[in-house]
Amino acid sequence: MEAATVKKGAVEGSATWSLVDRIGLAICWALGLLFCAIAVAIVVYLFVQGIKFLKPSMLVTPAASGFTESESGGFSDALIGTLIVAVMGISIALPAGVAIAVWLVEYGRPAILARITESTIEAIAGIPSIVLALFGTVIFSSTAVGFLSRETEGVVFGRSFFAASAMLSLVALPLIVASTREGLNSIPRHVREASYAVGKTKAATTRRILLPSCRPQVATGMMLGLGRIVGDTAIIVVLLGATQNFAPVEGAPFPLNYLRGAGTTLTNFVYEASPTGNLNQPQKAYAAAFVLLLMVLVLNGAADVVHRRARKVGTWSS
Amino acid sequence: MEEELTPEYGPKWSDQRVERMLGALVCFVVGLLLAMIIVVFIKGWPSFAHNGLSWFGPGGDVDDQLNAIFLSGQSGAEYVYTFHAWPLIWSTLLITGGAVLIALFSALFVAVFIVEFAPDWMSNILQPVVRFLASVPSVIYGLLGVLVLVPFIGNNLISEPQKASVAGVISLTGYSLLAAVTVLTIMIAPLMVSIFSDGLRSVKPGWLEGSLALGVNRWRTTWKIAVRSARPAIVAGTVLAVARAIGESVMLAMLSGSVGFAPNPADGLIFIYEPSRPLAPTIIKNIDQLSSPPGSATLFSIAAVLLFSAATFSLAGSVARRAMRKYGAA
Repeated sequence: MEAATVKKGAVEGSATWSLVDRIGLAICWALGLLFCAIAVAIVVYLFVQGIKFLKPSMLVTPAASGFTESESGGFSDALIGTLIVAVMGISIALPAGVAIAVWLVEYGRPAILARITESTIEAIAGIPSIVLALFGTVIFSSTAVGFLSRETEGVVFGRSFFAASAMLSLVALPLIVASTREGLNSIPRHVREASYAVGKTKAATTRRILLPSCRPQVATGMMLGLGRIVGDTAIIVVLLGATQNFAPVEGAPFPLNYLRGAGTTLTNFVYEASPTGNLNQPQKAYAAAFVLLLMVLVLNGAADVVHRRARKVGTWSS
Repeated sequence: MEEELTPEYGPKWSDQRVERMLGALVCFVVGLLLAMIIVVFIKGWPSFAHNGLSWFGPGGDVDDQLNAIFLSGQSGAEYVYTFHAWPLIWSTLLITGGAVLIALFSALFVAVFIVEFAPDWMSNILQPVVRFLASVPSVIYGLLGVLVLVPFIGNNLISEPQKASVAGVISLTGYSLLAAVTVLTIMIAPLMVSIFSDGLRSVKPGWLEGSLALGVNRWRTTWKIAVRSARPAIVAGTVLAVARAIGESVMLAMLSGSVGFAPNPADGLIFIYEPSRPLAPTIIKNIDQLSSPPGSATLFSIAAVLLFSAATFSLAGSVARRAMRKYGAA
């Protein structure tokens, strides 16, 4: 920290550099500005298109079959589907991710299992989501878990909100584990020892001291995970069934009939409504993409705020 | 705080019990990954078994082969498995390689810029920008590519004589290697920037100060000392970006053109305008065929190749990161 401030204070200008070095610095500036320009272009373009094509009625009317953009309704099912998937996915990923991080940092015995677990988490982070989706079709098409999706005469359909959320939670898991671990690791040893000294068990220390104090990191991981879940398309296309409306299962009680049925999300809607998809309604695709981008922006902004606040508050050593 | 001291965690939450429960969860996740690897390979095995090593080789038209496979599954006649995936693999290599090379170059410069040279206001803008670019869903990149970039390439960059020159083989519409590589670069560069700049930040300041004290200017110091000692971070970031790029399916399904065609660089620069289709989009485009045995075996064999290569790359990346930690650079 000290060195950085000194360096910033006494910056050596580039005037004395050789030409090659100065060209290099110019490339730095150009690429930096290019990154900013791309980001601004994406945001501005989608905002302009989104505001032009998004009508409030689209948010509350489900998709209908029709040939023109005016006949085909909106994407309320997709919007609700995104929310369902986000809530269900994160409610699996959050407890599991925190538990794995706690085990890795606080327990971590035998050491070989800890190494294997670390590699597993990193491998899961690197696995393409399309492969996760294919694996999901195998799991959820087996008759043992037929109650999680549509089942007709012993043949399990294997596409449902349960299936998609379970697989999407794997997408969010590595982010939550990494972020929680970072938080737990930043708590110094003496905090734990103080808790043990007053007779708390390890489990109670974790529950009462460690987890509350790394809440900001857990929240950051959760936001990032949510962003990934909301933005994922491959798993949705494969595991939620290729519909544009909810397809509830008959004969099940209220929330379950929808959750066991197929559905759609915003990402799937954008994919299908783009010119390469089956619907080909670019205007609606823009509108849905705008809503999706807003969600991701809000989630990212929230993660940023939480992260910054955590840095400001959370200093154990001082 | 008084009641906090009472032993509220009785035998139900004893340490051994909690440890065992958490351990069981961890074992479950590890088991899940193993099961995934095994299941994907077993499901894909018939395709590998029928084709042997020629699965990876060229021969015939991939799209015709895929059609034959899917038709044989529907008609109930003898299953066909013949599949030579070379055009798809070649397309994956070209798109991934191109995007990673461009992204490596630009991400390195941007990371150096953020860490060393940008004024405070500039790096305060750039860091959120990089995070934003990394978090935009791939389907949005795909949509913008389809509606903005592809028409631009098709109408403005590809000239009529160029279209005519390959008209007998393939039609150039703008869905091309160029579009795919451009958008993929934008998608993976932010990931690389964030890992690179973590690495650059953790270079010991004493090393840089030593170099500066010898009269080396800041630019040379950064490239000769900081970038070199952050090499493990650069390797790790690149490798993770490769893994991400290999697995990208949705955006490439929208932009790459969805033709099983192998663009040939020997044809001259025109090859960057030619459409193709990498491995991952092949799965998502043909996902309806999952119900027929030969179709599902073919799709799972593609998934097995993707899984193997992506897992290898991400493990290599984590090994590089571990090396980085060992040398005190992270």
